[in-house]
Amino acid sequence: MFEIRFHGRGGQGSVIASEILSKAVFLEGKDVQSFPFFGVERRGAPVQAYTRIDDKPIRVKANIYTPDCVVVLDPSLLKSQNVTAGLKEGGYLLINTEKKPEELTIDFKGNMATVDATAIALKLGLGSKSAPIVNTAILGALAKVTGLVKLDSITAAISESVPNKPEANAAAAKEAFEKVLIRRMAA
Amino acid sequence: MAKVVMTGNYAQSYASKLARAQVVAAYPITPQTSIVEKIADFVSSGEMETQFIKVESEHSAMQVCISAAALGARSYTATSSQGLLLMHELLFWAAGQRAPIIMGIINRAVAPPWSIWTDHTDSMAQRDTGWIQYYCESNQEVLDTVLQAYKVAEDPEIRLPVMVMEDAFYLSHTIEAVDVPPQGAVDAYIPLKRSPWVLDIEKPTRMGSFMGPDIYMEYRYIVAKAMQESRKVIVEADEDYGRRFGRSYGGLLPTYRCDDADVVLLTIGTASCTAKEVVDELRKEGKKVGLARMRVFRPFPEEEIARLASSVRAIGVVDRSWGFGYAGTMFTEVAGALYKSKSKPLMKDYITGIGGRDITPQVLRGIYLDLLKVREGDEEMEWWGLRRPEKEVKHNA
Amino acid sequence: MKTYKTYADLPGAPIADVPSQEESTAGWRTTRPVLDPKNCTKCYLCWKYCPDTAISVNDEGWPVIRYEHCKGCGICATECPKECIVMEKEV
Repeated sequence: MFEIRFHGRGGQGSVIASEILSKAVFLEGKDVQSFPFFGVERRGAPVQAYTRIDDKPIRVKANIYTPDCVVVLDPSLLKSQNVTAGLKEGGYLLINTEKKPEELTIDFKGNMATVDATAIALKLGLGSKSAPIVNTAILGALAKVTGLVKLDSITAAISESVPNKPEANAAAAKEAFEKVLIRRMAA
Repeated sequence: MAKVVMTGNYAQSYASKLARAQVVAAYPITPQTSIVEKIADFVSSGEMETQFIKVESEHSAMQVCISAAALGARSYTATSSQGLLLMHELLFWAAGQRAPIIMGIINRAVAPPWSIWTDHTDSMAQRDTGWIQYYCESNQEVLDTVLQAYKVAEDPEIRLPVMVMEDAFYLSHTIEAVDVPPQGAVDAYIPLKRSPWVLDIEKPTRMGSFMGPDIYMEYRYIVAKAMQESRKVIVEADEDYGRRFGRSYGGLLPTYRCDDADVVLLTIGTASCTAKEVVDELRKEGKKVGLARMRVFRPFPEEEIARLASSVRAIGVVDRSWGFGYAGTMFTEVAGALYKSKSKPLMKDYITGIGGRDITPQVLRGIYLDLLKVREGDEEMEWWGLRRPEKEVKHNA
Repeated sequence: MKTYKTYADLPGAPIADVPSQEESTAGWRTTRPVLDPKNCTKCYLCWKYCPDTAISVNDEGWPVIRYEHCKGCGICATECPKECIVMEKEV
């Protein structure tokens, strides 16, 4: 079982990201389960979403406390949220930032990855200038970093479920897949 | 058949569409809202031919469904927590009038304190209203059960309303892959039938009017009788569904690895799904544990429980609701069912998961290990995971 | 009205096969409204206020009291702005 936690702000599309990922994983024939943080969502407030992936049917119906992978959609959350809480050693931490993995000072023994999803989203006109929608770009990067799901499945899931600008969103995922910077944990 | 990833709430919406519900009336309440939003989408896009009636409260929503049923229409509604409590009066009307309404319930804790998270107090409090009650453990089961519910509710011998429960957020807002059966197959499973008791403008009659002490008791008895007879119909509807769609759920009280079990835990709702994972884990460690799931709470599976009791040393009940002044809601009923049974296993009531407290695999593992140690004379009830002051904590030697 | 010996004779739902229209409630009355149409303006307030729909309107537009349903509550007499209705004791 592989467990992912998304950190974002209300309105940035973290929950939709977990949903698109679910569809992509499902297209590859695995079992999947996604859910938002069980609470009240407000625009701008820190939010979380979760995804479980497994080759066999998923039976656990409980929150995720020790994820294998954490995805941070908004770099400003690094200051206010403990994004690595419970993150497994040797797991994956993917952050939307213009910085390189080496430039971040985060106490985490695992694979670090960064991608400037905001720049990609702005360039492709996703969302507004003040509130770019970065969720589809980050999924492309996630595919590359974890190898969990094929980029083709991500873009197929995007075209199936994104009502606005599906082509630009798919392009964002592709660009992030290519541009993501990864610092693998030393063996 | 087409597999679609969807939430438990959408599974309710899709099922009501597949059932061709002719009248839908509901009032929004978290976490039920998206069920009705999706139905509204279906109606506005023309995918669903339904009288979608907007109302000003849950009480009115239920009244609309009762009236629709009185005219012979297939109806659907959904609610949660405070909304269900507001309906309470009319729930008796629906059952007494033999209105085969299907209602999705998203189990949500009751205020105060205000909560949007899951427990089962809201629907357990409707135990005696004459509604059949199903509790689901997956989104697939939600969709399948709504369809089975129509089959049971509209059976000429039964004609009772049915609630289909799902845990708030654990199903309502969680996405899983769900197999959506083809429309034609659903039509064949639950064809629209004309109710034997409908209001007819050509032949005026009164429904639900005043009845004296000479006849009221008999009218109550026929509802009780229909409820008793529904046990058989619930099992048949599940088996028939299995033959047609390849999925069935084991009737009223499905069991998991109980055959040679020393102790069995009785769960309800999504905790059951998690518990199977824990049973497998404990079995690998050589511990003889099993699981029984209260899929149907009304009618109560008393025979199934008596059968289960004949072969185990102890039964633990995981209650996500309780009755003030006594014990967990399921516990008292299970204990009652054992009165008639020859063998009387030890019992323990674990009240947990209240107000959305997470029932993790670790929590259930702890409960199983406790149950394995239960001896005669031990305490029979515990609020499991309660944050107690240090002086109340018992340190087991 | 049919009579029922056991529960098995009942319809499945509590349905009364005699419509309200055909059930007389005249026996409940101790006073009866008597309408003198002399000053009646056909305002129909009596018709509107009657809680038992015991006042109908005839072909010529006059209100008519249907005594088989009237329970003698006197609301019509109170509401009539022209005091055309008086309550008389039943004998």
